[in-house]
Amino acid sequence: MQDIELELNGQRVRLAVSRREHLADALRQRCGLTGTHLGCEHGVCGACTVRVDGAAVRGCLMLAVQADGARVRTIEGEGDDPVMRALQDAFVERNALQCGYCTPGFLLTAAELIALDPDPSRESIRAYLSGNLCRCTGYQAIVDAVELAARRLREAPSTDGRAR
Amino acid sequence: MKPAPFAYVRAQSVEHALDVLAEHGDDALVLAGGQSLVPMLNLRLVQPAVVLDINALRGLAAIDTDPASGALRIGTLVRHREIASHQTVAARAPLLHDAAPWIAHPAVRHRGTLGGSLALADPAAEWPACAVALDATIRLASRDGGERSVPASAFFQGLYQSERRADELLVGCDFAPPGDDAVFSFRELARRHGDYAAVGLALSARGRPGAWTAMRVVFFGVGDTPVQASACAAALIAGVDFPEAQARLEGELDPRPDLWFSAQAKRHLAVHLLREAWRDLGNPMAGE
Ligand SMILES: Cc1cc2nc3c(=O)[nH]c(=O)nc-3n(C[C@H](O)[C@H](O)[C@H](O)COP(=O)(O)OP(=O)(O)OC[C@H]3O[C@@H](n4cnc5c(N)ncnc54)[C@H](O)[C@@H]3O)c2cc1C
Ligand code: FES
Ligand code: FES
Repeated sequence: MQDIELELNGQRVRLAVSRREHLADALRQRCGLTGTHLGCEHGVCGACTVRVDGAAVRGCLMLAVQADGARVRTIEGEGDDPVMRALQDAFVERNALQCGYCTPGFLLTAAELIALDPDPSRESIRAYLSGNLCRCTGYQAIVDAVELAARRLREAPSTDGRAR
Repeated sequence: MKPAPFAYVRAQSVEHALDVLAEHGDDALVLAGGQSLVPMLNLRLVQPAVVLDINALRGLAAIDTDPASGALRIGTLVRHREIASHQTVAARAPLLHDAAPWIAHPAVRHRGTLGGSLALADPAAEWPACAVALDATIRLASRDGGERSVPASAFFQGLYQSERRADELLVGCDFAPPGDDAVFSFRELARRHGDYAAVGLALSARGRPGAWTAMRVVFFGVGDTPVQASACAAALIAGVDFPEAQARLEGELDPRPDLWFSAQAKRHLAVHLLREAWRDLGNPMAGE
């Protein structure tokens, strides 16, 4: 076991993790943050997406020990974020989820896209989300929802610090 | 699946990393972006005794210019995303700039590194083919042998096999300044955005339409390593008609089929990419 210290959803935490444990397992099993899902554990599906030092990454492809000193945000930490709220509302309205297994990964990836490009085309939404798999929805509704959320955010931009 | 147990060593300096590699050889695996190594660990395709994490070696994460040769030097730890967005890379090695968005998906590009991709030597990967097309030089370091340079065209030896010895750390890759008359084309076909290529092409040339003086035509996804179509390139420099160059290419490519594409289909797609690249270079095509 090895001790690591990280900033997790804005709070300093200290954890003892196994060296061979990936970050998604540590978040789920040691921190109870089960919004980070595990689909494939080899980088293909994106269900395990978390943000590390600001960038969306695969939680299953980073060792937990590598998160020592990092800033990690999971879907649980994004509840108050206006971009995330807009995305969540649009996902519900457009039926962009069914079982919901893929949803945290899609939301985090889509939020990153909107931060980079507030007015993404459908083509660029598809390209940006290409690393996230959904077995239920067929993607059309997900692209619709991201497009809708981006449009609403452009029309009513929030003032409270979208770029973190 | 979860990885088998291993010892985890975080390299504190390049010397420290080289010591660990000298001591453990094959039993140690370098962890760079982890976007290929961690899947292999999770699936237990590899079970190293030691995982050597080099991510703290910030000196290996720089993009700069060699004052003597003017070469663009990219450190092994520079991530795909940074290559995609770096202004100097766009100006000095536009082929890399054009190829970067074709590698995997954003979350993978955020962590995957240039050196990790070169060291892995996946024959369907973008960076190895670009390195060969640009006649890049790969730099390797070891405790007992110091630093040595290997031309990319000699580095890739076979399926996931390279010139790198087990005690060597890949430290960076150098790209000589392109000439004033250098032009490039990057083309790829994949089943889905971000997938490994079905067939891809990295092409660099010097000269102008009708008067080409040098050309490297490098395909990936068609063999065990990046494949230089030398006969085809020679024919194009000699100024033959496109159908003749196409025949040369069909003659020299012997693609390895994969799950989705037969050898014949890959050869067909390779010709298609060559035609698009030939247009990118500004060459007129018959019938246009
Ligand atoms: C879903 C998915 C899709 C992908 N699609 C593509 C794609 O389309 N094209 C593509 O090119 N890649 C693709 N990749 C792979 C990705 O680009 C990897 O980042 C890259 O192949 C390896 O780089 P890395 O830094 O992650 O290396 P790691 O995974 O850390 O290491 C890879 C190998 O290289 C060795 N190594 C790494 N660095 C060094 C070094 N400095 N010295 C010596 N040995 C070293 C490691 O020991 C290991 O054997 C994909 C990956 C995933 C998960
Ligand atoms: S669980 Fe990490 S990408 Fe599928
Ligand atoms: S909603 Fe079920 S996998 Fe996407």
